[in-house]
Amino acid sequence: MSASLPADKNARQSILERIRSRELPPRELPPLFDEGIRYADRWAQFQEVLSSVGGQFLSVADRDGVAATLAKLPVVESSRCRACTVPDLHFGNLDLNAVDDPRDLAGLDLAIFPGQFAVSENGAVWVTDESIRHRAALFIAQHLLLVVRQPDCVDNMHQAYQRLAFGERGYGLFISGPSKTADIEQSLVIGAHGPRSLTVVAVP
Amino acid sequence: MTESLPIIDHPAAAARFVDDGARTGWHDQALWFVRVKRDRQAHGLPEWEALREQAAAIKSHTISRLADYLEQFEREATRRGAVVHWARDAEQHNAIVLEILRRHGARKVAKSKSMLTEECHLNPFLQRHGIEVVDTDLGEWIVQLRNEPPSHIVLPAIHIKKEEVGELFHRVLGTEAGATDPKYLVEAARTRLREVFLAADAGITGVNFGVAESGGIVVCTNEGNADLGVSLGKLHIACMGIEKLIPRCGDLGVFLRLLGRSATGQPITSYSSHFHGPIRDGELHIVLLDNGRSEILASDDFRRALHCIRCGACMNTCPVYRRSGGHSYGATVPGPIGSILNPARDAEKYSTLPFACSLCASCSDVCPVGINLHEQLLIWRERIAARGILSGTKRLAMKFASHLLRRPALFAFAGALARWGLRHLPRFAFYHALNPWGRQRELPIPPRRSFRQEYRKRHERQPPRG
Repeated sequence: MSASLPADKNARQSILERIRSRELPPRELPPLFDEGIRYADRWAQFQEVLSSVGGQFLSVADRDGVAATLAKLPVVESSRCRACTVPDLHFGNLDLNAVDDPRDLAGLDLAIFPGQFAVSENGAVWVTDESIRHRAALFIAQHLLLVVRQPDCVDNMHQAYQRLAFGERGYGLFISGPSKTADIEQSLVIGAHGPRSLTVVAVP
Repeated sequence: MTESLPIIDHPAAAARFVDDGARTGWHDQALWFVRVKRDRQAHGLPEWEALREQAAAIKSHTISRLADYLEQFEREATRRGAVVHWARDAEQHNAIVLEILRRHGARKVAKSKSMLTEECHLNPFLQRHGIEVVDTDLGEWIVQLRNEPPSHIVLPAIHIKKEEVGELFHRVLGTEAGATDPKYLVEAARTRLREVFLAADAGITGVNFGVAESGGIVVCTNEGNADLGVSLGKLHIACMGIEKLIPRCGDLGVFLRLLGRSATGQPITSYSSHFHGPIRDGELHIVLLDNGRSEILASDDFRRALHCIRCGACMNTCPVYRRSGGHSYGATVPGPIGSILNPARDAEKYSTLPFACSLCASCSDVCPVGINLHEQLLIWRERIAARGILSGTKRLAMKFASHLLRRPALFAFAGALARWGLRHLPRFAFYHALNPWGRQRELPIPPRRSFRQEYRKRHERQPPRG
């Protein structure tokens, strides 16, 4: 097994040679697609799709009311162990930065994280682990709440990727609804391995 | 590239499946339900057809310059801290994965769904070497516990009834005897698999898309199992077929829009995770696998099969797949796309698969990446006949048909005989062991006149103009 490195080198060479040994007719790369669907009311569409995939949506009109509104949500009220990395919101009682091993997050009831932007066509929110020391928190928490700013909503995935740059190392994902499965007789069950609920809150 | 015999006998396996009529109907309906959901999503987007064309064009281009893109991908992924490995075949692939695990002293692995690792039979290999592998996708876990392969590439347990899952979980997890409520069963699985995730030393995932421009990989799941598997520990091994590449990050928009909608009728999967480099203080290993893909790439007839993004839409729509079940194909990838990819690996072993098809072309109609599936299946039939590996009965039937079809008078006579016979002869003249067309189906009541007679008559009434 210690000889695996030279073997890898040979494999690389032989695969590339085999592919190159057959000259294929050139096929042009089409320009990036930008004919995506648009919506008159992007958040209304987002809300509709999000609820169809099992998520909840909430829009808060004034900046000062955000904390009070969130405090009244059942997922917030009923949770004991919470992590929160959204600036100006002080719901967290567990500091992710103080946890060394993400396995210690197994008891996390609720995670409140910022979402970068929402996508109307599929109810997805783009989230990165920039403010989250342990990305596992996104999946191991029993419930997830994402806070997105109201101007940050695009129509479709093509616009979404226009906003994204993958310059250096990093991790990001689209989250559309809570964790779910239909692997038993196509019956949809919410809460497979990850969060049992997803709430997206749009704030000014 | 020859695999071990025995030769897969699809008709015989399918016959066993359809023997249970009620179950066949249930299976058929379960898949049709997914097909209908897919239609709803596809019809909801005015640009759907343009998206399919774009996806096909991107894939064709990528494949035409695959070596360049693979090198670019390797360069960019390495720059972002991933380690890229190359494997010519399943054996090398498995050896690389084992070596990485051993170097980390990993004994327990949480694996998410990957058809590529199924193709390589990675699980039994690792288990033989003392490593415990748990498939964490619920459907895959169910089939793993039953000690059988998935029957569908997206819905691995689509052939299993909830009563059977209940029985299995009762035995393995101690759930209540006779419990069949999916919600209850999923909750039990969730509890057990959380223990698996928390105890795992490493995570193995497949790859839905690799991006040459950024060296990133994208993994899509609904359950969140891939992310849980690779975010609690420090080691992530991602196994990727060389055909999974796309050139630009912006192209992901096209493919993510098509994948979820085509696969399960969802606008997108719950989680579409983009990995660029490893987790903090961790390692990301990407194993690139050829395993016959470069041979398909060299074939003008079958190259487009490499467009496949493994959405499974061709299976859900296929009338043969729906009524014969995934296991009847005897291969990791069943259904229409499997009936193209598997013969490319071993034409003799999989020689019956291209015939498990009515050439209805529904697969080509739903394919999100423009694979001409039914045309390729027809080409495979010709190849298999030309190689002389057609089954005896099929060869005889073909000879008979060819003799008949070249003799119009004989054909007309045979037609008349059949029309008369189906009306007047006793049942046993048609429904017997030698006539497979009389099995599991009623032959139609024939019209009194042949098509040619009707046509002639019609023209007597209305002579054709010009």
